[in-house]
Order: sequence, then C-alpha cells, then structure tokens
Amino acid sequence: MTEPSRWSSSAALRLREHPTGTTAGAEAKDPSPAPVAVATGPVTTPSGWTEVCPLERVQPERAVAALVAGEPVAVVRTHDDRIFALHNLDPFSGASVLSRGIVGDVGGTPVIASPIFKQHFALADGRCLEDADVAVATYPVRVVEGVVQVGHA
Amino acid sequence: MTAEPRTRSAAEPDRSARTVVVVGHGMVGHRFVESLRRRDTDGAYRVVLLAEESRPAYDRVALSSYLGKASEEELALADEDFLADDLVDLHLDDRAVDVDRSARVVTTAGGRRVPYDELVLATGSVPFVPPVPGRELDDVFVYRTLDDLDALRSATEAATARAGAGRHAGVVVGGGLLGLEAADALRTLGLVPHVVEMAPRLMPVQVDEGGGALLRRLVGDLGLRVHTGVSTSEIRRDHRGGLTVFLSDGTELDASVVVFSAGIRPADALARDIGLPVAERGGVLVDGRCRTQDEHVWAIGEVAAVDGKTYGLVAPGYAMAEVVADRLTGGGSRFTEADMSTKLKLLGVDVASFGDAHATAGGALEVRLDDPVAGTYSKLVVTDDGRTLLGGVLVGDASNYETLRGFLGEALPGDPMALIAPAGEGAVGVGIDALPDGAQICSCNAVTKGALVEAIASGEASTVPELKACTRAGTTCGSCVPTLGKVLASCGVEVSTALCEHFTQSRAELYEIVMATGLTTFSQIVGEYGTGRGCDVCKPAVASMLATLAGGHVLDGEQAVLQDTNDHFLANMQRNGTYSIVPRLPGGEVSGEGLIVIGEIARDFGLYTKITGGQRIDMFGARVEQLPAIWRRLVDAGFESGHAYGKALRTVKSCVGTDWCRYGVQDSVSLAVALELRYRGLRSPHKLKSGVSGCARECAEARSKDFGVIATEHGWNLYVGGNGGFTPRHAELIASDLDTTTLVRTIDRFLMFYVRTADRLQRTAPWIEGLEGGLDHLREVIMEDSLGICPSLDEQMARHVSSYADEWAAVLDDPEKLARFTSFVNAPGTPDPSVEFVDHRGHRVPAGMRDGQPTEVPELGFGPRVIAGPRLPVHDSASRSPEEVGV
Ligand SMILES: Cc1cc2nc3c(=O)[nH]c(=O)nc-3n(C[C@H](O)[C@H](O)[C@H](O)COP(=O)(O)OP(=O)(O)OC[C@H]3O[C@@H](n4cnc5c(N)ncnc54)[C@H](O)[C@@H]3O)c2cc1C
Ligand code: SF4
Repeated sequence: MTEPSRWSSSAALRLREHPTGTTAGAEAKDPSPAPVAVATGPVTTPSGWTEVCPLERVQPERAVAALVAGEPVAVVRTHDDRIFALHNLDPFSGASVLSRGIVGDVGGTPVIASPIFKQHFALADGRCLEDADVAVATYPVRVVEGVVQVGHA
Repeated sequence: MTAEPRTRSAAEPDRSARTVVVVGHGMVGHRFVESLRRRDTDGAYRVVLLAEESRPAYDRVALSSYLGKASEEELALADEDFLADDLVDLHLDDRAVDVDRSARVVTTAGGRRVPYDELVLATGSVPFVPPVPGRELDDVFVYRTLDDLDALRSATEAATARAGAGRHAGVVVGGGLLGLEAADALRTLGLVPHVVEMAPRLMPVQVDEGGGALLRRLVGDLGLRVHTGVSTSEIRRDHRGGLTVFLSDGTELDASVVVFSAGIRPADALARDIGLPVAERGGVLVDGRCRTQDEHVWAIGEVAAVDGKTYGLVAPGYAMAEVVADRLTGGGSRFTEADMSTKLKLLGVDVASFGDAHATAGGALEVRLDDPVAGTYSKLVVTDDGRTLLGGVLVGDASNYETLRGFLGEALPGDPMALIAPAGEGAVGVGIDALPDGAQICSCNAVTKGALVEAIASGEASTVPELKACTRAGTTCGSCVPTLGKVLASCGVEVSTALCEHFTQSRAELYEIVMATGLTTFSQIVGEYGTGRGCDVCKPAVASMLATLAGGHVLDGEQAVLQDTNDHFLANMQRNGTYSIVPRLPGGEVSGEGLIVIGEIARDFGLYTKITGGQRIDMFGARVEQLPAIWRRLVDAGFESGHAYGKALRTVKSCVGTDWCRYGVQDSVSLAVALELRYRGLRSPHKLKSGVSGCARECAEARSKDFGVIATEHGWNLYVGGNGGFTPRHAELIASDLDTTTLVRTIDRFLMFYVRTADRLQRTAPWIEGLEGGLDHLREVIMEDSLGICPSLDEQMARHVSSYADEWAAVLDDPEKLARFTSFVNAPGTPDPSVEFVDHRGHRVPAGMRDGQPTEVPELGFGPRVIAGPRLPVHDSASRSPEEVGV
C-alpha cells in the first residue's frame, strides 16, 4: 500500500539538511502576543525566518499549515507547548495534509499521524515510524514575541 | 447427469499407485480422503471421488446457517490444496450406480468406469419421507442438501410474492433435532413455523419427559407452534395455490411450504444392489475395521452399520474415516463405541444430551433440577453410588455441557446436585481446571483437553483461531468454541483487548469508566486511566465516547484536537487532500428546489458529483477553505450535515412504500425519515447504516444494513447486524411484527448498547457475534431488560435526541471554529498549489492518477477496439452494451 513509486513529490524527501527546531515554553506563555498576522503572502524576515502566526492560532496537540518560502509546512504544537515544523506533504499519498493529522505519541516519541494512510512521523526529525526509509523534512522554529517563525534555507 | 462442471484428472498418475474409489463426497468421505492423503506420504494411493452432488463436500452440520449469513464458500470443506491435489480425482454430479466386485470396477450414471483396488462407501443417508398423501407436491421438501435449501428458499420467496405481504406459515413434519433445526430455518425465512411430532414430546431421542416439556414451552414462547402426539394425514393444494396440511386430530394448517424431517435412512441402496449384507434396520454391515464382507469394500459415515449399529452424527463418521485411512496405510485401529452427545442451540434455547441420557444402565440414578421460573431443566444420570457420571440432559441452559461431558465415566468432583445447582447457591461449579486431560472438548473432531493444552504449551496456538487451525477443534459444529477460549484462559494466555498503547482497557471498559466517572476531557481521562498523550487510535475513540456521554459540539475546546481530520473539518478527506461534502437527505428524499441548490453549488465550485449507495448526493473536490462558503449556501437552503465524515449514523435508506408502491403495506419513507432524524449525529464505534422497506420485497435492501426494518401487514420486522463492505453480512431477525413505538424503542436500545460495548471500529455484525450468547443475548438485553440497563439506555438516547444540533450550522456561527478552514495560516488567500484537477470522462477528478488508473476501457471487457474520446463510443461483439457500464 505504501510503495515508494507513488510519491509524487521529492520535496518530502529533502531531509535532514535542516536542523531540528524546537523552542522552549517560555515564549509560549508570553502574556502579550502580537496580533494575528493577516497577510496575503508569507512574510520573510531578513534573517531567513518566516512569520507564521501568533502562537495561540495553533491549538495544543494540533497543527496548522503555513507557506514558508513557497513550501507548505505543518507547524505543530504539543501539549507541553513545544513547537515543531515539518514539510506538509504526506510522502505516501502526495497530498499536502500532514497539518491535518492527529498529534500524539507512539512509544514515547511525539508524532503526527498522516490523515490519509495513518503513518506516523516523528515531530523531532520527520522520520516515518512505519518505514525507516521515509522521512519528511523538518524546519527550525521559534516563537518571537508570541509569534511563531519558521526558518528556511 | 453427465454434466461435469469440475472434473480434473491427475496429470501423470503414478502407474504403480493403487486406486481407492470413494463413493460420496460428503463430510465423512471428505475427511477420509484428507486423512488418507495426510497419512499416505509416499503417494501409494490415488483417490477417485465419485460425488452425486454438484458441489464438493460442504459442512452439512452448519447447513442451516446457509439460510442466514453463511455463504456457500464459507461452508466448503475442500480447500484449494485439496482440489489441486494431483492424486485426488473428483468427479462431481456423477453418481455411482453399479459395482462389479469381481472385476473391481465402479460404473457411474455418466457412464464412467473406474477400476479400484479398494472401494469406500460414504454415501451417507437419505431423508425418510413417510407415505403421506401429497408428499410429492411442489413446495414439499426435505432438509439435507444445499440444493434442498435453495429450493426451499425460492419456494418461500415465490409464495410470499404470490400471496402478498403478511406472515406465512410453514410446516415441519418431525420434531426431532433436525425438525427443530428446519423449523428455525423456516423462521429465518420469515415464516411462522409449525412442528408436527408423533411422539408426545419434542426431541424424543435426546431428551426425557421433563426436558421435553420445558423445551416445548421455551420454543413456544419464541413463536414455534408445536403439535405433539399427532401425525400428518394428508397434504393438499388449496385453491389459492398454497398448501393445506391435515393432522390426525382434525387440525388443518395453511402453509406455503412443508418440510419433511422425519428421520433418516442409511443410503445403502447401492450396497444392497451389489449383494453386500445390510443391518436389520438398514446400513451396510461392517466390522470394527469398517470393512464389509468383501475385503476390498469399506463403509464409513452414516451409511455404515458398525456391528449392526448406525450413527447419525458426524463425529462417529469422522472416527470411522480415520480407522479406514489408518488401515489402508498399514495401521490397525478399530472403531469403538461412539459418543452420541448432542448440544444445540435452537431458537435461542440450549438443549444438550450426553451419555446415557435415558438412564438405561442397571441401577443408574437420576438427579433432576427443574426450575420452571428460570426456564432450565437439568438431569444427571449417575451410578448407584452417585459418584460416577453416566449421562445427562440439559434444557434452557447448557453452559455446563462441555465440562459435564468431560466427566462422563469419571468420578465426579462433588455432589451431583451441586453440579447442576444454579450458581450462588453453594454451587461448586466445575471449572476447566478440574477437567481431566482426557476429557473431550470437541466431540465432532475428538479433540481432548490434553491436546488443546499441548498445542498451547508448545506455543503453536495462542488464540482461538490458531487453536482451531492446529487442532481442528471447533471447526465443525462450533459449539465448543467458547470453551476453547476458557482453555486458553486456564493456560494463562490472555488475549489483549487494550485499545492502544495508551490505554490497557478495551473500548467498552473505557466507556464504562468515562460513563461512571463523568470525566469530560481527554487530558483527564488519559491522565487518570492511561499513559502518555494518546494517539490517532485512542483520541478519536475517546472523542466518540465523549460525544455520546458529555454531548456538546465535536469541535468544542479540547474535543476538537481529538478528532480525525474528517470530523475536524466536518467533511471527508479524499486522496488529494480535498474534501467531499454530503448534505443529509433524510430517507433519500429531496425536493426539486434542493436539487437545484446542490446543482448550483456543484457548478459554482466545480465539484464532482456522484449519487451514493445510501441515497444521497456526494460532492467531491472542495478545498478546505471552500467548505464554509459551500455550507453557508447549503444551510441557507435548509440542508444540514449528513455526517458522512463521522463514525456515526449515516443514512436510513428507504423504498417508496405505500405512498407510491402498489405492494407496500406500511409507510416506509415516513419511518425512514423519522429514524434518520432521530439518530442523526449519533457517534458510534463505527459507521451505522439503516434501511426501511415497505414490504417483504425489500427494495431498500434493509437486510444489508446495521439495522434494517421491513414492513409486515401487522407492523415491522427488525433485523440487526447487516453490512456490505469487506465481509458482507445479512442482518438477522431480532423481532417481528413490532408496532412503531416498540420498534423505535428497540432500535434506541440496540444502538446505545452497541455504542457502549462495541470495540473501536467494530461494525454491528462482529459485535453481535462477539457477545456471549449472540443475537439471543442481545434480544434478552434490549427487549427483556435482562441486564437491567434499559432505563439508562433509553435515557441516554433521549438525551441524544433532544440535544441534537446541526454541526455545520454551529460552525458557521462561530468565528473561532471557522478560523481553522484556511489553506495556509499565513497566506489564507493562496490555495494549496498541490491540488490540481484533470478531466476524466468529462468529469473533474484529482490530477496525478494513482497506479493503474484511469481504468482503461479494455479492462471493462470491451477489448482493444476503443475509439478515443472521454466517452465510450465502443462497438464490440461483447455482450454488454455501452449503456450498461453506466457511462
Ligand atoms: C440440517 C442438519 C444438521 C445436522 N446437525 C448435526 C449436528 O449438529 N451434529 C452432528 O454430529 N451431525 C449433524 N448432522 C448430521 C451430519 O451432517 C451427518 O452425520 C454427516 O454429514 C454424515 O456424513 P456422511 O459423509 O456420512 O454423509 P453425507 O454428508 O450425507 O454425505 C454423503 C454424500 O454421498 C453422496 N452419495 C450418496 N449416494 C451416492 C452415490 N451412489 N454416488 C455418489 N455419491 C453418492 C450424497 O449425495 C452425499 O453428498 C446434521 C445433518 C443435517 C442435515
Ligand atoms: S418499493 Fe417498498 S413497498 Fe414496494 S415492493 Fe419494494 S419494498 Fe415493497
């Protein structure tokens, strides 16, 4: 069911060239988050960071999709307010849907499950728990003044 | 008779091999060949099987299930390996008619001449039909083969169609074990069954007077009309095309069909013709080796009279098959006295009889316990010192049967009365542990407790299916399957029912916990009763529980994060990440205005539309950010969520019923609409489908649904546990002729009981199968309140009904919930660039076809002569026309 020939994008496999990114919960509890950014296009900071949204737009244990330098990225928030960013393309179906999966843990590893064929991807490094040969790209993330930012090359 | 649909010849038969010809491919003939092939490892024998029936051997013991849910394939005994075995030649539909014993050649009706070295007669029995005038009429049947059942079924259907709706009757002549089974079958076919028995009680061979009296009362309560102590005088065709059955006491019964089940006679005609001695009461005389007077001719199964005695059960037949297979491969085994124990569950009534049930042994004592209130009767036959068990009869509750039978001929662990006393009254009860190793657990296949324990200890089996596969226990009549589970448990093997790694509890246990504690958030539940943070298995499961227990919107607060993508976005995700949309059309009704709105939406948003099997319209290809706008228009036009995305009630399909149909006897559409509106939004372990038909013609296919309703002249018949899909099942009748109030109350309880106790993603059919006591238990729980939970089920359903609100309307009114319907949180105006559509047959479908798609026309059987174009302008000699593929 998951033969690699169906991957329709190589983007999903561009991997490990980005350092794994997490931020601490300190910013997450920032009492004065910036207003919701209603932009029609991605805002890229000069340092290679894209502003995604105020932290509270991401519900704990859920994800949102963002456009980062033209790539769809799933921004995930865990129950303990850690933030992760993975490429949004599900390598098994080719659909841009990882951000719409369920967040949880498998064997203690925080994961997001693809809503299409239910494979699990580790939030920390994007690797697929069911198939060691498959992984999705991960991106550095940080929260600055209550706003989530995703870094890109 | 010469037709040979499935003849195979051995590729290169080994010239030196000896030939065994087996006459009859029934249960015992099949077991013999299997056993011989297993023992004969060097292929010393080739086997020629001559079969009168048109299909290979099947499980005759389970014959009746063919009228219920079992298919012909499920009953088949011969697997592919068997049918492909080069050393086995099977000739179907070709009856053996003569044997030249001196030349050792069998002749068949089809003119085949088959030389043999050894001849095995396994011709079974023929039903005995007493010489009642009218027995040759159409619609009069026997009950022995699948062909008989096919004929019975079509006659019943024809009679129902001819005479219109309403309950029709069927008469079974014979009130023995098979007669009651046939009566049950008539009930399955929707007839009111009458049983006519000459003896003063039902099942006279197996049960005693006391047991017979209780049995009669219990089956009577279940709708069986019993006539004992009378015989059938005549059957006549009446002026309306039905039958009238005249009984010796002057009773006349109107019937659509009559089934003779008045006993069996060994099919020994061939043996008689060729001069082999037969027993006084029929059956080919054989010795303990199962050999006839002719040293090259053997007889096994029901046709054999071992030392003058015939056996009408499969277990002794299997034992005979093993004896002959062993003898032919050099062994020296003998057939010994067989266990004639019987246990069956008919119309929900347990009946068991074992050993010396009628206390015929000298000095035998009987210990009886007759409890008319509980509806149980038990009798044990013991030696005069009361210490050794000789036999017994159990009616109403035979749960102790396997254990008690294990003690046959053995010293009892205690006072016999204590063994049959109801639990809680100082009963010692006999656990599996107390059984000796030699106790037979599966009598059909002679599997002892010791053999099962060994299979478990050696690691060969750790589940019931594995135990069945490696020991064959439970593969014939299936009555010992629950005991297999107990043996596993007594060996310390636990079958995990844990929901997932975060919860050790099963879904049902967790449901109980959530119900009892009143917890309303996943965080609390996993914190107190689980570990970790949950996953895509337990989160949606808990979300579903909270939906039926705590209520509220599925996207409220923390509940939202638990939902699968479909529930999270209230639409069905398709393979390219877009969604499909299904507005509710209760009962499949839709107005012209409604159709126009749907059509306009489909056109404006470029959605692919398709009619679903559940009488609704599905619109495909909506991007996540388009969902609110689409639903705004649908809600404004009066539509509401169809919950096609949820593990929830989907649709209640209906036929057109009395409003339009000339056959209808009830208003099926109004009922379907009412049911759909009542249960809409109900979250459940798996999807739920329903249907309502206005008469027995069943145009709504209600019996393929989780709960299906079919109108009768007097009310409604309710069927439960049907489904299509991977393992199609027909729903089974749980109650008939219900008035609408009772019907709805019964469905309420059925659904709530299912919601509370089923496993995650378990449809209703396997759920019912898994209930201890199955459909009968379910009936007791929801119709007789045997567990005392009906008030709480009713209350919970009432809460569901009164708190229903349209999920989509609520989302449209809530900016916070609406916020999630966006393509990119930082670029809401940019649609997902990976979503692309292409044209396929003039329709808009996702780009990037999956492997093997699109389906090319040759694959539809039209050959390569395709003319290009999105339509199928194909002209070919193939029998189907293009219209028929639904272009
Ligand atoms: C409805 C029903 C329920 C039953 N329930 C139980 C139960 O619960 N427990 C139990 O132990 N037993 C039960 N039985 C009995 C059990 O099915 C039989 O004991 C068993 O099938 C006997 O096997 P057999 O091979 O001897 O005969 P069969 O299975 O009848 O096979 C004989 C075969 O030989 C064929 N044949 C006959 N003559 C010729 C010929 N001249 N040439 C070629 N082929 C020929 C017949 O067509 C038939 O296919 C039940 C039987 C029925 C009908
Ligand atoms: S449409 Fe309904 S009422 Fe009419 S024949 Fe079919 S099932 Fe019966």
